[in-house]
Amino acid sequence: MPDTTVSGAFYSSQEHHPENGTLLGFWLYLMSDCLIFACLFAVYAVLGRNYAGGPTGAELFDLPLVAVNTSLLLLSSITYGFAMLAMQRNGLGETQLWLAITGLLGAGFITLEMHEFLHLIHEGAGPQRSAFLSSFYTLVGTHGLHVSFGIIWLVTLMAQIGRHGLIAENRRRLMCLSMFWHFLDVIWIGVFTVVYLMGTLP
Amino acid sequence: MLTASETAQLVLGRLSWDAIPLHEPILLGTFIAVALGGVAILALITYFRFWGVLWREWITSIDHKKIGIMYVILGLVMLLRGFSDALMMRAQQAMSFGDSTGFLPAHHYDQVFTAHGVIMIFFVAMPLVTGLMNFAVPLQIGARDVAFPFLNNFSFWMTASGAALVMMSLFVGEFARTGWLAYPPLSGIAYSPDVGVDYYIWSLQIAGVGTLLSGINLIATIVKMRAPGMTLMKMPIFTWTALCTNVLIVAAFPVLTAVLALLSLDRLVGTHFFTNELGGNAMMYVNLIWIWGHPEVYILILPAFGVFSEIVSTFAGKRLFGYASMVYATVVITVLSYLVWLHHFFTMGSGASVNSFFGITTMIISIPTGAKIFNWLFTMYHGRIRFELPMLWTVGFMLTFTVGGMTGVLLAVPPADFVLHNSLFLVAHFHNVIIGGVLFGMLAGITYWFPKAFGFKLDPFWGKCSFWFWLTGFWFAFTPLYVLGLMGVTRRLSHFEDPSLQIWFEIAAFGAALIFIGIGCFIIQLVVSIRDRVRLRDVTGDPWDGRTLEWSTSSPPPAYNFPFTPIVYDNDAWADMKAHRYARPVEGFIPIHMPKNTAAGFIIAVFCATVGFALIWHMWLIGGIAFTGLLISIVAHTFNYDRAYTVPAAEVTRIEHGRTLELANHA
Repeated sequence: MPDTTVSGAFYSSQEHHPENGTLLGFWLYLMSDCLIFACLFAVYAVLGRNYAGGPTGAELFDLPLVAVNTSLLLLSSITYGFAMLAMQRNGLGETQLWLAITGLLGAGFITLEMHEFLHLIHEGAGPQRSAFLSSFYTLVGTHGLHVSFGIIWLVTLMAQIGRHGLIAENRRRLMCLSMFWHFLDVIWIGVFTVVYLMGTLP
Repeated sequence: MLTASETAQLVLGRLSWDAIPLHEPILLGTFIAVALGGVAILALITYFRFWGVLWREWITSIDHKKIGIMYVILGLVMLLRGFSDALMMRAQQAMSFGDSTGFLPAHHYDQVFTAHGVIMIFFVAMPLVTGLMNFAVPLQIGARDVAFPFLNNFSFWMTASGAALVMMSLFVGEFARTGWLAYPPLSGIAYSPDVGVDYYIWSLQIAGVGTLLSGINLIATIVKMRAPGMTLMKMPIFTWTALCTNVLIVAAFPVLTAVLALLSLDRLVGTHFFTNELGGNAMMYVNLIWIWGHPEVYILILPAFGVFSEIVSTFAGKRLFGYASMVYATVVITVLSYLVWLHHFFTMGSGASVNSFFGITTMIISIPTGAKIFNWLFTMYHGRIRFELPMLWTVGFMLTFTVGGMTGVLLAVPPADFVLHNSLFLVAHFHNVIIGGVLFGMLAGITYWFPKAFGFKLDPFWGKCSFWFWLTGFWFAFTPLYVLGLMGVTRRLSHFEDPSLQIWFEIAAFGAALIFIGIGCFIIQLVVSIRDRVRLRDVTGDPWDGRTLEWSTSSPPPAYNFPFTPIVYDNDAWADMKAHRYARPVEGFIPIHMPKNTAAGFIIAVFCATVGFALIWHMWLIGGIAFTGLLISIVAHTFNYDRAYTVPAAEVTRIEHGRTLELANHA
């Protein structure tokens, strides 16, 4: 049944406030982004063993380095979770602190990834060497690009929280970035498994 | 220090005077005509002091109705461009036999058929579909605007930026010569080293972002913002088809983005996704692009089905027959459209089992589609049909589209497809469904909702002329292509040797000329209707005796759409309200919260277009600057927290009182 504030039955005499659609819209965006990654994973699945006489994943990947990198990113999801808990408690400084730690962990992740890429390119295993390496750099690089934009967003949001405090808009934005950040974690688990772990198998 | 030529290369990249086609008389003539027309329009805007209004009320507007109208204008303007390409192709093929090579060199002809396909799908059909959805959906569900009004404005300008890039390729450089889906390896850097494919990639990438965001926007709008009482199964059918179409957009366009990004990496960075050497796989491109491409055709046709459903029910004066089955049919088509992409390349050689699977799924789609045709027929049965213009388009659609659907089922049989693929039979088939389905649907929708948008009807006489020229022109233009295709003539040829084929191409060219007259009549219809707007005025807001909520408000609707949010009890909410002698509220108005206009969408889109142009021409310096500007403008926009304003109750009262007076004078 329609709500009870009915006058004249066919229209509501009070202002009708539809539910805010931001979180749904952001979920839809994330799912569309997820499809981009799905395509890149599919491309990697098709091309991932086309070494064209060049180096293989088993020869190139430095699993300990990737393990450190993975820890940084997973840890940054936990610290983002702490930032959200602090937001729930209205702890402005605490939220900012955990956001800063999250951003630093993300920056560490990006630094290590850049280091890995530069090292590989230096060894002659650049994206032009084989279809395997093209798909490797594109999949891992697209994820890295997302994390980089996430860091820009995070810094922007910290400035906005600093200016306006934990108002409703900023809470909503924190929720969106939270979904984005955890989403990138989930994607990374796929990358870690499909690219690095399975890639080092013979 | 850099030398002068190094500096020039840093700034201009590949761009030089050679890129301006001064030696091609057709292009030069077009350029002069476009330039003169552009100057004339700019001069008129200046003369009538229209710049301020244009900027405040249109370019920066976040009103879904105005954005919808701008989408439709964009689509119609681009239709003229895409159709001139079509005329050139028809003329070339009718002339170029034996010793005659026609008037278009192969180099130019290949650009023309590529541009025709790209423009008609991305910059005519998509803007028209998105425009109608933008305009009608919030009104149909009793909402004040879409869920994300700023994003809506941004989406439009991204689409317009993509269209601008395509148009620019006409005069600066050239367009792709690859066909509308740019299959590699032909579209790779080895075989297309010039800027044509880059124009293709970046115009589609930029427009694609706009389309994706508008898809997300409309889903959120339909899911979250329906008027109280409007459950999913009480939504108007057009809203249902819009929902399904936008689900398809969100599920399909990311694939296009990804595959075009990979192609551009192959071209810019030298990767090996789709190349012939070092492990690349060109068939992967074909698979990926059709995983987007097949849903795309349903993205276009579903809203057209929705328009026809609204029109049939309105002009038969009856509730739509089989509402629930119509909804289920729409949803089934949405799901199935994802399971058929391989039928676009049965000849790839994936084997009998794979081809059978995709052949069968393709044939199954004809079942829900057929159900829809019967629903429309049964709605008309025992109805008191008024054959006004939208209804003519609808009946023309039902006859034309059914034939196109049947030739589609024919092509779905893999052995038949081995014979007919890449032939003019295929070209005839998809024009049969896209013109007979999408285009007729959009023209029907424009005619149907025009009085809602502007407060006066379109002139019926010129509209009927347009309809009959379009319909007969379509059949004259494409029946010969069916015949030629069955005889084995392949598509995309600029020259033929066998003189016995010429008569068919001449008939097809005659058909194109009829369509040309049809388009001319449509333009005359617009001009005559604007001239005679007083005679064609509709004060009631309900000129067709409509059945859905958009007809319950004034024409054109106020910025806030409805002074009070409607409450819905039944399908066809407005018909239900009229049946219960609904009385329009005349007092007790309250303040209304509305989103504010913003220039951010336009600015960000201009930066995107600049980045695209710089990437096409390898202007790294300008590209870098524009990209920085893009990031800064996006971040700066997020610092704007002041995005809404309140329409005071007095203002609402003034607007609604004006309408009360108009209605009283009219009665």
